[in-house]
Amino acid sequence: MLEIRDLHVCIGDVEVLKGIDLKIEAGETFILFGPNGSGKTTLLMTLMGFANYTVTQGQILFKGQDITHAPMYERARLGIGMSFQRPPTIHGLKTGHLVKMCAREREVDVEDLARKVNFDRFLERDVNAGFSGGEIKRSEMLQLMAQRPDLVLFDEPESGVDLENMALIGQTARQLLDGMPPASCSMKQQKARCKTSGLIITHTGYILEYVNADRGQVMYDGHLCCEARPRDILDHVSKYGYQECLRCLDSDASLGQIKEAL
Amino acid sequence: MAFKNVDLTRYSFEGAQADAITDLSTLDEFDRKRLLYAGIDVNAKERSGSFMHMNHSGVHCQSTQEGLELMDIKQALKTYDGLPQYFWKMVDPNRDEYTRAAAEHLHGGYFIRARKGARIEAPVQSCLFIKGNGVGQNVHNVVIVEEGAEMHIITGCATAHGTREAAHLGISEFFVHKGGKLTFTMIHNWGEDTAVRPRSAGVLEEDAVLVNNYVLLKPVKDLQMYPTLTLAGRGSVARFNSVIVAPEGSYVDTGNRILLNAPDTRGEIIARTLTTGGTIINRGHIGAYQVPARGHLECKGLILGNGVIHAIPELEGTVDGVELSHEAAVGKIAQEEIEYLMARGLDEDEATSTIVRGFLNVDIMGLPRELEQAVEDQINQLDASDAM
Repeated sequence: MLEIRDLHVCIGDVEVLKGIDLKIEAGETFILFGPNGSGKTTLLMTLMGFANYTVTQGQILFKGQDITHAPMYERARLGIGMSFQRPPTIHGLKTGHLVKMCAREREVDVEDLARKVNFDRFLERDVNAGFSGGEIKRSEMLQLMAQRPDLVLFDEPESGVDLENMALIGQTARQLLDGMPPASCSMKQQKARCKTSGLIITHTGYILEYVNADRGQVMYDGHLCCEARPRDILDHVSKYGYQECLRCLDSDASLGQIKEAL
Repeated sequence: MAFKNVDLTRYSFEGAQADAITDLSTLDEFDRKRLLYAGIDVNAKERSGSFMHMNHSGVHCQSTQEGLELMDIKQALKTYDGLPQYFWKMVDPNRDEYTRAAAEHLHGGYFIRARKGARIEAPVQSCLFIKGNGVGQNVHNVVIVEEGAEMHIITGCATAHGTREAAHLGISEFFVHKGGKLTFTMIHNWGEDTAVRPRSAGVLEEDAVLVNNYVLLKPVKDLQMYPTLTLAGRGSVARFNSVIVAPEGSYVDTGNRILLNAPDTRGEIIARTLTTGGTIINRGHIGAYQVPARGHLECKGLILGNGVIHAIPELEGTVDGVELSHEAAVGKIAQEEIEYLMARGLDEDEATSTIVRGFLNVDIMGLPRELEQAVEDQINQLDASDAM
């Protein structure tokens, strides 16, 4: 589904991503850990195609197509969707109207979708105007449900969300990633439907309670390291913090030097 | 910043009499379309009354609504011995050359009064129309909402298709008595060759409410106005909502003034301005001279292309305890908002026009559905122009 090769990205003159390689298969969910400022959000923004993120080297392939320099809307129409952490307010644009636009030509029952995330009362409200943390997340989920992307990028789905909302958001994220199966279907059918891929940034790991995360990695100073099962990474980070990654990276580097010396 | 002058000698203020029109739906297709965009429904469906003034004559005046008086101002001056309580009470005839011209040479205008306690459900519509080249038009309007009455007036001002070199001078005086409520919606659909000088002022008594909506989406050569509302009665409330678009060649100098002259008064001025090449001077002034009094002024401007927006918000308080605030912004569309919509699959043009439509939102005006639709249609047409 998604393949990133040796990706280097600058914001202004500063190189933030320093050679990222990552592959996410169809139906796979990948979790990205890492301390603040490590480059996680930059990776998501770059994948989505935001203007301030300049790819200086490397390639992004989505469904086999090179989208490294494709405009945002083309990526969205190809099937990449993103849940924003701090989306802007758009005055005068009703949330319900935006949800309809997310579906493009496809007919959607906006009211019905909105009820699923307990958001039907907000459809007449301006997009993100005065929304709380949980409301922003539910609005993002609702837009993604209408958009039905094949790859969903979640930027910290649990930030600013209370525990009650967390369950709703977690379950909705899972539905988005699992696809929305009909009421009765066999395990096999369900697995076959499950084509949606996910890339999730998380600090707390709460989201792991809800989604089936297959693989995870830590981003540190613009590099990806420590591939492991997401749960194990979380346990490790909560015990030792991210300093451990630094040591790990250092030893990798010294290993490389030894190899070179040989 | 000084106001621009209009040379009145270039226009003819005599001789453009027009015949009475019994049925507005008999107007030709071009005129009907011009009126539609100024908010006038020629079939007068769901209207309590209709008035039309063309060039130098009142041509149509019809109402069957109980509690509503609708007549030509000339008729009203005759019937009510010169309307001494109302005529030239809020606007000084010697204020400037335009008020003097209107005082010296009155062509007509409307007199609309909602009688005590009357609730006029459907809007009253009035149209001031100029058809013919070089025509200068003077009108004087008086609107009265008596104690406890309620009324919505939609007034559309337009020039006929192809009219060159026209000028409109309009005096409007508003009186909202105790507990009365007036919604006054004015839509301008002038020509790119029209000079416009409205001179409006109103007074609100105790617990009165006046909501003034203004919509200008079409080109106008030169328009300058600064309507003033005086909140003279305790508990009165006034609000101005404006949506103004200036394409290339338009020069629009508008402002709204609210004077909080009594305790427990509230005033709000909200203006959304967009230039796609024209000049907009957006003034605003709230003065508070009694307490408690609250006022808020909001002027937001978007520049698309090479236009100019000059926002001049003013707040003035003369007593301890007034609460006045303002919020002004002039700029371009935030890249962040465009990118948010692009991430949902809208291309850049779609995203831009979606944001502009939201910015020029007329929702808060509470217009009748079909009028709101007509305004939205025109906003959508802006999308087709090169500027967006």
